[in-house]
Amino acid sequence: MTDFDIETTAFKLNPQYQFQWEEAQQCHVLLYPEGLIKMSVSAAEIIQRCQQTATLDGLINELNQAFPDAEGLAEDVREFLQDAQRQAWIVAAND
Amino acid sequence: MPNDKHGSSPQTTNGNPENPYIPMWLLAELTYACPVQCPYCSNPLALSASRKNELSTQEWITVLRQARKLGAVQLGFSGGEPLVRTDLEELITEARSLGFYCNLITSSIGLTSEKIAIFKQAGLGHIQISFQGSNRESNKLFGGTDSFEHKVAMTKEVIRQDLALGLNFVLHRHNLHQVGEFLAMAESVGAEFVELANCQYYGWALHNREHLLPSQEQLVEAERVTNEFRDQHQGKMEVFFVAPDYYDNRPKKCSNGWGTTFITVTPEGDVLPCQSAKVIPDLEFPNVRDYDLKTIWQTSKLFTGFRGTDWMIEPCKSCPEKEIDLGGCRCQAFLLTGNALNADPVCDLSPFHHKVTEATEAAQSAPEVVESKALLFRNTANAKTLSADQ
Ligand code: SF4
Ligand code: SF4
Repeated sequence: MTDFDIETTAFKLNPQYQFQWEEAQQCHVLLYPEGLIKMSVSAAEIIQRCQQTATLDGLINELNQAFPDAEGLAEDVREFLQDAQRQAWIVAAND
Repeated sequence: MPNDKHGSSPQTTNGNPENPYIPMWLLAELTYACPVQCPYCSNPLALSASRKNELSTQEWITVLRQARKLGAVQLGFSGGEPLVRTDLEELITEARSLGFYCNLITSSIGLTSEKIAIFKQAGLGHIQISFQGSNRESNKLFGGTDSFEHKVAMTKEVIRQDLALGLNFVLHRHNLHQVGEFLAMAESVGAEFVELANCQYYGWALHNREHLLPSQEQLVEAERVTNEFRDQHQGKMEVFFVAPDYYDNRPKKCSNGWGTTFITVTPEGDVLPCQSAKVIPDLEFPNVRDYDLKTIWQTSKLFTGFRGTDWMIEPCKSCPEKEIDLGGCRCQAFLLTGNALNADPVCDLSPFHHKVTEATEAAQSAPEVVESKALLFRNTANAKTLSADQ
């Protein structure tokens, strides 16, 4: 389920993970069995958009519109999502 | 299934200099009732036979709300056997809507595929199923129930329903050699997370220590088998091997630091900084029926008493490593030295270190055969006999 081509396949947040804002920590977190990952502001912007089915190009477009001044955004997003895929934070949308 | 002291997790602070710690983990011990009778259970030896003082559903919901307000995010429903409670679905629903990530820590006895579906619907994230042996006979021998087939069936069902699953196998001298068999079983059902946790010596396990503590040779072999398995199955299954601290010369930082990360609430509402804290007799345990969790966390003597390093005596007090292990486990210090302020005697700088090495030396020559008669199984009848003896 983590074995998919991110360039061509739609994906979404792993349904076994829970993404939310934490007031006490003043950041977004990703929760999973017995653990938690604190999200940076930019990571949270991306993961937030994976709560629905998403594609790499679609996400880059959307983020470019939301943050027109961000330089090198496409590459950053691609790298982040490749990493997110390796860690199983995102999975192929069709399974 | 309480014999897995959480060793480490990222420490999180809230920037408040008075008490910067957030209790990230709430362990809700819903009941001490349990159909299993593990001789290594870390529940108190004094088990109450009656359930009438257990917190009500409403009281648990209040606890959940208060903990969430303090910033707790991970919630473990544990016991005893949490499935004995009939309000589990209601508690999961409430916890999930408050924003907890819900973990169910169970022997799986009492679990059905319908219940798995109901709990998933209610918002359960993860089920951890404990095995007492890697096959029918040894599971029965060490758990006191004939439940192996049921556990395997429930494991498969959790996977089929796409809930996160962890398997937990508590290790001791009579089943360490089964590690390979257990890992093969876990693989065959498709488990992704396996915890091989050597039992730690509190509660029933300490009472049975002489029969449970493995030899060094056994441990080395079990770790070798585990590593070999890991190499062959990279990426498919995560295997955690928790070694018993008796063979180390430095203690583990207990519960990620006393009063920094964990809150345990017992079935009757006592609040503990770690599951075993009750073994220390001169402590007073605040109860959720008398105080709210915030007061307990921030100001109770229990939680502030061993937080940080100010409470230390020698050799910890002037030790350059004190921030690393915080002097180890207070319960173990008390149980083996009679004083909870002492260094955890696992540390070879402790003047009581021989208490640990005497036990490990004895374990080198202890018999390999299972003498189940010698083990004291965890049940209320034995709890009664014990308290009568004392
Ligand atoms: S007897 Fe076994 S299953 Fe029951 S609470 Fe203790 S360790 Fe867990
Ligand atoms: S003396 Fe105390 S602080 Fe130093 S290493 Fe040993 S247990 Fe840790």
